[in-house]
Amino acid sequence: MVDINRRLLLKAAGISAFGTIFPSVGYLISAHAQEVISKNTAPSAKRWAMLMDISKCPAGCRDCIDACHGIHNVPLINEPGQEIRWIQKVPFSNAFPSQENPYSDISLKKREPVIMCNHCSNPPCVRVCPTQATFKRKDGIVMMDYHRCIGCRFCIAACPYGARSMNFRNPRPYIGSINPDFPTRTKGVVEKCNFCEERLAVGLPPACVAACRHKALIFGDLLAGESEIRTILRNNNAFRRRPELGTEPHVFYTG
Amino acid sequence: MKSEQDMTGHMDKNKITGRIWLCFLIAVIAIGVFFYLRQLSMGLSITGMNQNITWGLYISQFTFLVGIAASAVMLILPYYLHNYKVFGRITLLGEFLAVSAVIMSVTFVLVDLGQPGRAFNMILHPSPKSILFWDMVVLSGYLLINLVIGWVVIESERQGVASPAWVKPLIYLSIPWAISIHTVTAFIYAGLPGRTFWLTAVMAPRFLASAFASGPALLVLLCLILRRFTSFDAGKEPLQTLAKIIAYALATSIFFVLVEIFTAFYSGIPSHKEHFQYLFTGLEGHTTLVPWMWASTVLAFAALILLIIPAARKNEKWLTAACIAVFISLWIEKGLGLVIPGFIPSPIGRIGTYIPTGPEIAITLGVWAAGFLVLTLFYRLFVSVRAQSSSAVQRTE
Amino acid sequence: MKIKPGTIMGVCTGLAVFILIAAFPFWYGGLKPKAAPDIDLNTPEINALTEKQCVTSTEYMKTEHMKLLNQWRNDVVRNGSRTYIAPDGRQFDKSLTRTCLACHSNKEQFCTRCHNYSGANPRCWDCHSETASAAARKAIILKEKVNLHGGH
Repeated sequence: MVDINRRLLLKAAGISAFGTIFPSVGYLISAHAQEVISKNTAPSAKRWAMLMDISKCPAGCRDCIDACHGIHNVPLINEPGQEIRWIQKVPFSNAFPSQENPYSDISLKKREPVIMCNHCSNPPCVRVCPTQATFKRKDGIVMMDYHRCIGCRFCIAACPYGARSMNFRNPRPYIGSINPDFPTRTKGVVEKCNFCEERLAVGLPPACVAACRHKALIFGDLLAGESEIRTILRNNNAFRRRPELGTEPHVFYTG
Repeated sequence: MKSEQDMTGHMDKNKITGRIWLCFLIAVIAIGVFFYLRQLSMGLSITGMNQNITWGLYISQFTFLVGIAASAVMLILPYYLHNYKVFGRITLLGEFLAVSAVIMSVTFVLVDLGQPGRAFNMILHPSPKSILFWDMVVLSGYLLINLVIGWVVIESERQGVASPAWVKPLIYLSIPWAISIHTVTAFIYAGLPGRTFWLTAVMAPRFLASAFASGPALLVLLCLILRRFTSFDAGKEPLQTLAKIIAYALATSIFFVLVEIFTAFYSGIPSHKEHFQYLFTGLEGHTTLVPWMWASTVLAFAALILLIIPAARKNEKWLTAACIAVFISLWIEKGLGLVIPGFIPSPIGRIGTYIPTGPEIAITLGVWAAGFLVLTLFYRLFVSVRAQSSSAVQRTE
Repeated sequence: MKIKPGTIMGVCTGLAVFILIAAFPFWYGGLKPKAAPDIDLNTPEINALTEKQCVTSTEYMKTEHMKLLNQWRNDVVRNGSRTYIAPDGRQFDKSLTRTCLACHSNKEQFCTRCHNYSGANPRCWDCHSETASAAARKAIILKEKVNLHGGH
């Protein structure tokens, strides 16, 4: 049994290595490989995802944004076009372009989905990064290595969700009070949401989820069959931003 | 006797002009370096780039100049593959132009980096999935190939011997390699899933077509400058052939743009139309690029007419005007006209504004001046070697 | 073959310029060696420890701490591995701010003076804080104490 498992893992590893060379072909196969890995190493294998119930999010509430930006030392630059954002609320038609119709109720139109990095399974930002400063972890989190980023901004051009921000200037003077337990960024690097991997590592939920009093944000492991997020996805018609691009976003929306 | 005095007087004047030109270039470089040091300490915030439009003047120049570099193939190919002797006089000029253009384009990528001190990470942590990685590979290879070819050929010429046989394969290699640099540069844009303006299979062909017009146009102008200020005269015939090449390439380039416009507007898909609306009519009141694009369009068509009519093309005054028009038109179209609309509207529907700042323009001019300094030095060498060999020919006669 | 005097002059000038540039560190820094800084290791945090031993040997840390820090940051950022197991079995959080600076709370003394002396210019502090929050510091010291007692 052990041997079979090991062989499967080796096979999976081989396929993933193949996938790094031929991304599009490898992607199809490695989806299968991921499943193999998850079955064999069940407890540790995770695939983090977020789900937002838009209908539960009241207009004007900024709790999730403030929590995220406060904890992660995201600077507050109040000049048009200079703002750095890990998470933001935008009108429905901006988050889901061309999915609005003229006859929907005004209250629906006013809704503002929370948008952030989608931690795609097939992230274009990772593909284009010339230094592997952006990469995807095994648990699906698309991470930034701020030490390695050369600031070419290819990832910003590649991201179809506008999830990334560039530090055109030194961000430190724009941070109200620095959280000493999380690094700031330096000028010249790109930054974005990290699904609070530093909090997940110590067993805490993402800051935005913890801060939401309306239970509009749900976070969990898609590979754990009975997780809350998995159950909701099973029983509801959830949708994602620009799924036609094949990026496989892992932030889902209902409501 | 008198005419000889005139000649020497003329030569002295050219020498002074040459010195003034070099001093001017060095001054422009110095200003560029001054502002680049400011950019190093203050970050890219001294440019007009912002969260919506994250590539600007630098990357536009990079894109345009890769085209200029690739266009050397328009001389190499007829001369070496089809034995078109007329280009023998000027192939070296094309190769040296390619070298200078690659140096400029790579410099533009470097000045665009937020963390230039870490540029070596591209080699320390290579990512073969990134098109930028391949662009680095093909551009550095192209630079090396053309440096070696240029150097060996001019050195052989200086010594009055035939070029060694081993450069021939290298020259043949430079032909597909030139195509590759501009194709890979087009793929930087054309492979991005969310940017509909760039997401088009015709991007690479469009890049090549415009490059084969803008590069030869610059070369014609350079030949005319060399004739005016140095002892080297390229002669009428190579320039006329270049003019025909420019005409065909420009027509193809315009055709490709029209093809894009048809697809966007006949399909009626908003996300495909918006970019062209932004370029030619403005989008929701944002009209920054509209006058530039119309200038580019008018210049392109005017140049095409001049280059198609034989009488106009054969008149060097009109030819000069046409080449200047082609160069400016494609500098706009393949520069800011290509880069900026890709970011408009942004993935979340924002329409940003990008206007290059003074320091950004100064740095840009500095890089151009550095490229032209390299080019001037190469062309000086070329002219002196040609003068030497032609006097040797006269002596033997 | 006759060598022109101008050529010799040119070569000599070139050599002189090269030597001048190559010797830059010497004439720029002055020829006299500067006295090595005397570093005080006694911080309240260190004094409170039962066993005053860094995560690994002092000798290693003196010369190779940058390598260890680089390894830590790669482990944490790229591999999600956050716990460092010291050669003697103690466990530490792989964190500059929360582990290193928790004990060596005198950054000015402990880091800056030596870096200035050796001309090293690490950019850690562009992003990382000099001191962790009180809560985070407490957690690290406790962890070490628990492990120390558990280990003996």
